[in-house]
Amino acid sequence: MGTVGSCLPRVEGLFQESIALQALIDDIPMGIAILDENLQVTLLNRALCALTGFSQELAAAYRVPCRHVVRSRICAAGCPARKMRTDANPVSVDTDIIDRERQRIPVRITLAPVAGKGETPAGFIETVEDMRPYRELGVRASQAYSFGEIIGKSPRMEKVFSILPAVAQSDSSVLVTGETGTGKDLVAEAIHGASGRAKGPFIKVNCGALPETLLESELFGHRKGAFTGAVENKPGRFQLAHNGTLFLTEIGDLPLTLQVKLLTFLDDQVIYPLGGAKGFQADVRVIAGTHRDLETMVQEGRFRQDLLFRLNVVRVHLPPLREREDDIRLLLDHFLNRFAEKFGKAVGGFSRDALTLLTRYEYPGNVRELRNIVEYAVNVCGETRIGADHLPAYLAEDRPGTGGMASSPDASDPSRRSLSSLDGHKPEETWSEVERRMILDALVRAGGKRTKAAQILGWGRSTLWRKIKQHGIDAP
Amino acid sequence: MSEKLLIPLYGDEVAPRFDLAGEVLIVALDDDRTIREDRIIVVSQASAEGLCHLILKEEIGAVICGGIEEEYYQYLKWKRVALVDAVIGPWKAALAAWVDGTLAPGSILYPRRERHEC
Repeated sequence: MGTVGSCLPRVEGLFQESIALQALIDDIPMGIAILDENLQVTLLNRALCALTGFSQELAAAYRVPCRHVVRSRICAAGCPARKMRTDANPVSVDTDIIDRERQRIPVRITLAPVAGKGETPAGFIETVEDMRPYRELGVRASQAYSFGEIIGKSPRMEKVFSILPAVAQSDSSVLVTGETGTGKDLVAEAIHGASGRAKGPFIKVNCGALPETLLESELFGHRKGAFTGAVENKPGRFQLAHNGTLFLTEIGDLPLTLQVKLLTFLDDQVIYPLGGAKGFQADVRVIAGTHRDLETMVQEGRFRQDLLFRLNVVRVHLPPLREREDDIRLLLDHFLNRFAEKFGKAVGGFSRDALTLLTRYEYPGNVRELRNIVEYAVNVCGETRIGADHLPAYLAEDRPGTGGMASSPDASDPSRRSLSSLDGHKPEETWSEVERRMILDALVRAGGKRTKAAQILGWGRSTLWRKIKQHGIDAP
Repeated sequence: MSEKLLIPLYGDEVAPRFDLAGEVLIVALDDDRTIREDRIIVVSQASAEGLCHLILKEEIGAVICGGIEEEYYQYLKWKRVALVDAVIGPWKAALAAWVDGTLAPGSILYPRRERHEC
């Protein structure tokens, strides 16, 4: 063994004296294998030896293909290294191995080519991460009635929870539908988090937030000189989401021209940046979300039918809160605990009157509105229980149609609506006056603390600062 | 007494994993360990359970394989099937070593590296 060990490669030029590469990689607490161009193992670090039970001495003595050392599921399914060119991006896969103790171990394997002179890699670096600690953490973190950050115990949500793990494990495109505030973003993140791409990036793009020209550049990137102002190459969101998930929220707002481009990507997984002739092979899972009725949009010619078919491989529909009666109490308690802890308040529950109001309300803004109401109430409440008078006043008003499908842009912002209703908002007031009063009211509620006032208003601290100056408010 | 041997395959090699083998070699050996018959079976869906079922159905006496989970290892042992696991190398070399009586768990049947290679 000594002979074998003595001729192991050394690293020159990195430190004052040359050191053994083995010693360098042995100190890294993640399994590492260095493979030659034929995928034969040339070097294993200590962590990988411990994980697989295969020794470095054997790896050095025999020409053993990596598949017999790591013995992972992807080896049988088709090793990604076989198709890798020298300039390929690393590939990360969640899989399992069987060690020498005959134990099956969940692992995450990342494989990267080592650039050679030609098109084929000179070798590969493989990292193998033991995922058992994360799995155990995940089991502990998971609660009954939840998936990721989504909570619910109603039959409608149980149905959603039952399909989400399977959806996460597949690599199909997903369409998440549901009214505003139902938790489409959380579902997308939870699917990503429970999928094999969890360690890859999760990139979110709001298709309705940018004008068409900017959106194209944002999604697909651009090459230097593609248009005036394109002074350097910029990777698009698709490229940034490589090996991960791209969540296209408000897909119904995607312009028709970009719908074609998205469709092309979904078909061949290649993106072409603006002004670039060379495509980029992006391994990206697409999840789309919308509150719009895409079928109707297809009939009206505002959404491409073929794109709908392509995205609609798996559809997850999130029910509105008014159809999840069993969940309202669960969510109220959940958010109460969360905000009481966050704001350091000793609020322990709701009074009977407050609960009657809260459970009777229809929540047009869905869970987001419920969360904001509780956040507002916890902020306002100075007692140990939230009473009816700590709730936004509009909850007590009999407002027909609040349970409708659409909600106004600020339907889920109780502070704004409550301020006008609580404080006797006069219709003849200008917006500037209303805004000034809102700021003052928030500052009073926050005890003069601007950060807290900004939270109540749903603004950034700098926005509040600017508006305080604009309105000439002499804040502390 | 003749003996039946099963080797899960991955191309020309002993499959690195018992549960993921897409085909298996079944060899019938005579008393003097000469090969009387051999055939390759393609399994419709790779699974450890499926292979265990096949092993019992075919009345296999010994299995030469790569990585196998403890659960299936113990099950086959309990069913009096001899197992040589963690074998690395071409199946022909593994079979030859079995016939010679030199095959042991963890055998590596690939060539050793030359001294100048390291």
